[in-house]
Amino acid sequence: MTNSWIVIRTQKSLLSMRIDRRVPWVLLALIIMTLMIMVISIGYGEYPISPLNVIKTILGLSTNNPDYNFVIHTLRLPRVITAFLVGTALAIAGTIMQGLTRNPLAAPEIIGVEAGAGLFAVTIIVLFPSVPVFFLPIAAFTGAFIAAALVYLLAWANGSSPIRLILVGIGVGAIASAFTSVMITFGEISDVSQALVWLAGSVYGRTWEHVQALLPWLILFIPASLLLARELNTLNLGDEIARGLGSRVEWQRGLLLITCVALSGASVAAVGTIGFVGLMAPHLARQLVGNAHEGLVPTSALVGGLIVSFSDLLGRSLFAPIELPCGVVTAAVGAPYFLYLLYRNRNA
Amino acid sequence: MNTSQSYLQQQLPSKRSHSFRLLGLIVGILLLVVCSLISLTLGAADISPDVVWRALFAFDGSTNHLIITTVRLPRVLIASAVGAALAVAGSLMQGLTRNALADPGILGISAGAALAVVVSTFFWGSLSVQSYTWIAFAGGTIAAIVVYTLGSVGRNGMTPLKLILAGAVLSYLMSALTTGILILSQRTLDEIRFWLAGSVAGRDLDSLVQVLPYIVVGLIIAFSLSKQITALTLGEDVAKGLGLQIGWVKAIAAVAVVLLAGSAVSLAGPIGFIGLVVPHIVRFWVGVDYRWLLPYAAIWGAMLLSLADLAARLVIKPQELPVGIMTALVGAPFFIYLARRKIKS
Repeated sequence: MTNSWIVIRTQKSLLSMRIDRRVPWVLLALIIMTLMIMVISIGYGEYPISPLNVIKTILGLSTNNPDYNFVIHTLRLPRVITAFLVGTALAIAGTIMQGLTRNPLAAPEIIGVEAGAGLFAVTIIVLFPSVPVFFLPIAAFTGAFIAAALVYLLAWANGSSPIRLILVGIGVGAIASAFTSVMITFGEISDVSQALVWLAGSVYGRTWEHVQALLPWLILFIPASLLLARELNTLNLGDEIARGLGSRVEWQRGLLLITCVALSGASVAAVGTIGFVGLMAPHLARQLVGNAHEGLVPTSALVGGLIVSFSDLLGRSLFAPIELPCGVVTAAVGAPYFLYLLYRNRNA
Repeated sequence: MNTSQSYLQQQLPSKRSHSFRLLGLIVGILLLVVCSLISLTLGAADISPDVVWRALFAFDGSTNHLIITTVRLPRVLIASAVGAALAVAGSLMQGLTRNALADPGILGISAGAALAVVVSTFFWGSLSVQSYTWIAFAGGTIAAIVVYTLGSVGRNGMTPLKLILAGAVLSYLMSALTTGILILSQRTLDEIRFWLAGSVAGRDLDSLVQVLPYIVVGLIIAFSLSKQITALTLGEDVAKGLGLQIGWVKAIAAVAVVLLAGSAVSLAGPIGFIGLVVPHIVRFWVGVDYRWLLPYAAIWGAMLLSLADLAARLVIKPQELPVGIMTALVGAPFFIYLARRKIKS
C-alpha cells in the first residue's frame, strides 16, 4: 500500500497531495516524447532543418546558416508551442468535465462549450476585424461561459442529470453553430475566410502574439486545476458522500467549472475548435496512471499536448504540400475512439 | 425503460373523430397551397399574386413570368417535397426507435449522405443528379446502420442517450472528414459548397423530377406500413402479440427512411430538425395513429420547410440565408425542450 504512493506535503497545509508512484516516470517519458515530436516538427517543412541544427538554434548556439534563426524563431517555434499549450489546456478541461459529470463521455466539444466559444470568436473576427488578437480569448471565454451556463441551467430540473446535460449540450451546440453559419454567410469574404481557417482548428501561422494571448490564462488556471484536482476525487464519490467528507460541493463545482471553461475558451480562441482532445487524453492518461486526479490531471495535460503536437505534424506531412488542419486529424482519430468508448460503456 | 413508458403515456389514443381528422387534413392541404402561393409572390423582387397566376396559367415570357416559372416554382416545389420527405422519415424513425428525439439529421443519416457525395465528387468529378441520389442513399444507409448498431448494443438495449451520442459523434467525424476533403481539393469545394449549405435555392425542376420517384416510393412504403408501425410504438412485446413480424417491419421501414432522407439530402443538402419537430406538432392533433400521423406529417413538413425557406429569403433581403440555418435555429431549441421534458434522470 505505502509503496505505490508518493506523498507531497508542505509545512502549511496549503498543498497536500498523494500521487501514484508511476506518475513521475510517466510524466518524464511524456516530456521526452513531446520534445522529440517538437524538434521533428520544427525541422519538418518546405525548408527542412536537421534535428541537431534545430536544437542548436533554439539553445542559441551558432549554426552555419543564418536563415535558421529566422525560420525557427519567427515561423515554426510559436506554432509548435501553441499546439502543445492548447493540447494541455484542452486535456485538463476534458479531465475536469469528465470528473464533474462523472461521465466518461462528457467533453467540452460534445456539450456545446466549444461551439459557444467559437460563435463569439467568429463574431468578433467577422464584425470587428480590427480588434487585436489578445481580445479573442476574452470573447471566446465569454462565449464558452455563456454556453456552459445555459447548458447547466437548462439541464437543471431538481438536480442535474448527466444524460440531460449531454442532450441539452448537443442542442445548445447546434444553436451556436447555426449562428456561426449566419456570421460566415454574411461577413466580408476576406474576414470570413480567416474565420473559416480558424474554425477548422488549425495552428497554421500562429505567432508569438498568439502564445502571449494564451499564456496568462494557462498560468492562472493550470495551477488552479492542479490544486483543485484533489477535490475532484471527493466529488467523484457523489455529492452526498462528498458533503459528508466536508466538501463545499457547490462552491468547488463552481470553481472547477470556471477553470474548465476558461481553459477551453482560451484554447478555442487561440486555434479554433480542435475536437476530441479533451475526450481522448483523460482516458489514455487513466490507463497510464490510474484514477486519482492529482496524478491524472498533469499526465492528461501532457498526453493532450503530445496528441495535438503529433496531429499537427501528421496534418502537415500526410498530404504535403497541402496542409490538413490538426482539428481534422484529431477528429478523424478521436471520433472512432469515442464510438469505441460508447461501445465499451454500452452497459452503463 | 423509463423513457419509453413515459413516451407511451403521452401517446394515449386521441378521441378525435375521423371526420375531424379528415377536415384537418383538408385544411392542411389548403394552408400548404396558400403558403406556396405566398412564397411565389415574395422574394428579392415582389411579384403581385395576379402576375403569379398568369405566369402559371397564361405564360407570356416576360421577366417576371420567367422568375416565377424557372426560379420560384422549382424552389417551392422542391421545398415541399424535401419537407414532406424529411418529416415522414422523422416520424418513421421516432416510431421505430421509440425515441422522441430521433431525426435524420441528429442521427447522422444526412451527414453520412453528404460525406458520400463529397467523397465521390472528389474521386470522380461532377456527377448527375441521378448518381448523387444513389450515392446519398448508400452513405445514409451506412451511417444509419452504424448509429443504430452502436445505439442498441449493451444490456439496456437502445437508450436515447446512446443513440443520440452515436449520431452526434458520427456526424462530427463525417463533417471533419468532409472538411478535410474540401481543404485537399479546391475543385471539389467549388463543385459542392453550394449544395453542402443545405439550401433549396438554385435547383431546377429536372433534379426534382429525377429524385421524385424515390420520394414517392418511400412515401408509399411508409403509408402502407402505418398500421404496423402504430403497433410497434406500443412496444415490441405487444407488437409480437398482435402477430407482427417485427424484423421485417423494421427492415422495410428502414428502407423507406433511407429512401426519403437520402432523396431529401441529394436534393437540398443536409437540412436538420424538420424530421424532429414536425411529428411532435402533428401528434398534438392526431395522436399516435400512424395512418393519420404520416399524411399529416407530410403536409406539415412541406409547409414548414416552405415557410422556413420563405423566412430565409426575407429576413435579410436582398441576401438570403441557407434554409438549413433557419431550421436549426427553430429546431434546436425544440430539441432542448424535448430533452428536458422527455428524458427523466
